[in-house]
Amino acid sequence: MATTLPAAPRRRFSWNWLGLVPFFVFSFLFIFLPSASLFVDSFQNQNGQFTLDNIAGLFEPPIPASYLLSVQISLTTALMGGLLGFFMAYALTVGNLPRWLRPITLTFAGVASNFAGVPLAFAFIATLGQVGFLTVLLRNAFGWNLYTTGFSLYSFLGLSLAYMYFQFPLMLLIMIPAIEGLKREWREAAENLGASTAQYWLRVGLPVLMPSLLGTMLLLFGNAFGAYATAYGLTGGNLQLITIQLGAQMRGDVLRNPNLGYAMALGMVVIMAVCISGYIWLQRLSERWLK
Amino acid sequence: MSQRAGWFAWLIFMIGALYFILPLFGTFVFSLQKVRGSLGFSAYEAAFANPDFLRTFLFSSLIAALTIVTSLALIVPTAFWVNLRMPRWRGVVEFITLLPFVIPAIVLVFGIIRTFGKPVTIFGIPLLPSLLNTELSTNIVLIAAYTVLSLPYMYRATDNGLRAMDVRTLAEAAQSLGASWFTVLMRVILPNLRTALLSGALLTFAIVIGEYTIAAFLARPMFGPYLQLQVRNRAYEAAALTIVAFALTWLAMGVIDLITRQRATPVTGGR
Repeated sequence: MATTLPAAPRRRFSWNWLGLVPFFVFSFLFIFLPSASLFVDSFQNQNGQFTLDNIAGLFEPPIPASYLLSVQISLTTALMGGLLGFFMAYALTVGNLPRWLRPITLTFAGVASNFAGVPLAFAFIATLGQVGFLTVLLRNAFGWNLYTTGFSLYSFLGLSLAYMYFQFPLMLLIMIPAIEGLKREWREAAENLGASTAQYWLRVGLPVLMPSLLGTMLLLFGNAFGAYATAYGLTGGNLQLITIQLGAQMRGDVLRNPNLGYAMALGMVVIMAVCISGYIWLQRLSERWLK
Repeated sequence: MSQRAGWFAWLIFMIGALYFILPLFGTFVFSLQKVRGSLGFSAYEAAFANPDFLRTFLFSSLIAALTIVTSLALIVPTAFWVNLRMPRWRGVVEFITLLPFVIPAIVLVFGIIRTFGKPVTIFGIPLLPSLLNTELSTNIVLIAAYTVLSLPYMYRATDNGLRAMDVRTLAEAAQSLGASWFTVLMRVILPNLRTALLSGALLTFAIVIGEYTIAAFLARPMFGPYLQLQVRNRAYEAAALTIVAFALTWLAMGVIDLITRQRATPVTGGR
């Protein structure tokens, strides 16, 4: 990078682009090539000929059920995590909780939103598993045996509870600045015009926050949809999420046709891309008012 | 507007706080019960005494450190150059750094195995030999994969840091005193980016140290897969190691909070 300053007379050809070459080469090798190879292989059979069979295979059992399960769990945890995270952000900002609670909660949320994978799975096993801390406490202190009520940690509900651990802190982290972006003047103006607190929130606060709220929930959806390690650590592959199915496929356990695996991965990327584009679009919308 | 918190705010806060704390407390209590009938730290002693723990933990730390170095070496000059000379490329570069959010780790590692498990060719032109048949080259691929995961945080941290200072003036001042581009980057830009880069680096460390998916599928002896093995075979040691993993995440986030006064929200993906 031994170019000189722009003070020199303008050259016809600029070598400036050379500075970006390492980044583009790296991205090409480790992002573009792997994605492109999955894309190309999704449309090929094992002999390398073009086919749509793999894409058609996505619509044959058990794969649609796996996508559906992943969508269901992502939707559930995005909604529940989104609501809890939003209300918590509300409590910490407009709710007048003592100020000193906020930095502690935010740090904790930063940790929790990053605390995923095998350690998270085990933390829930140690808490809500058959001999988990909470399970035993409820049984000994209240005589209430969770596991006779049909509850299982290794089920849809159990995995949702575990996902919530990183979902709602993420919502909290993103919503706090958004709620703080609501201008005091708006509230005062509403009150001067005779609006109640409920009216202010329904007519002003929530509509302004809505894009950010929905956008962040999309982010949470994607967050849960792509998760593998937590689900694998908790259920060991019992729950047939699409990521678990793909993992099994990669280990060579289940399906006979590896190219179907590439199509599964492609389908996941498509769903993730829709989520993240929606998130970015909604984030732009919300910046019109907040910021 | 009332100045005291309502019952609703407290209720929500309590639910959230319990959700944060209970699993940790449960794991901690569990980790103390290795010796039946008494509480003690023998699970920790046993976990640390296992030579595989030290081996995988050191290996993960090394990989994390190398990932941070790679990511910094890749991102800092790029972000600097984009800010100074190639502002038109900002959108493209930003888009690429956000791609890891779209490609889940399991899909990324699948594609990487597919791509580098055999010699790499483009339109029949050989580009690289297979990278997954020696330990060294597999480790390089592992570091590259983690560098991909770190792109969003590292780029955002660097870009925020660069926007907060007057890059052009600083660079021109240094160059008018005879500094080369390398000197400008190393002795003017980098020192000004310290806090931003440190938080990016710590976040990367927190992600890599317990990562499971990519490590497991590339069959590298990392801490994540080791912990998974312990979960299956030795529950109490696994609890102790979970507490260790949590403490490390906590440490990384705590330091980030300390060094960045204003709130930088560390936003990462699910794993």
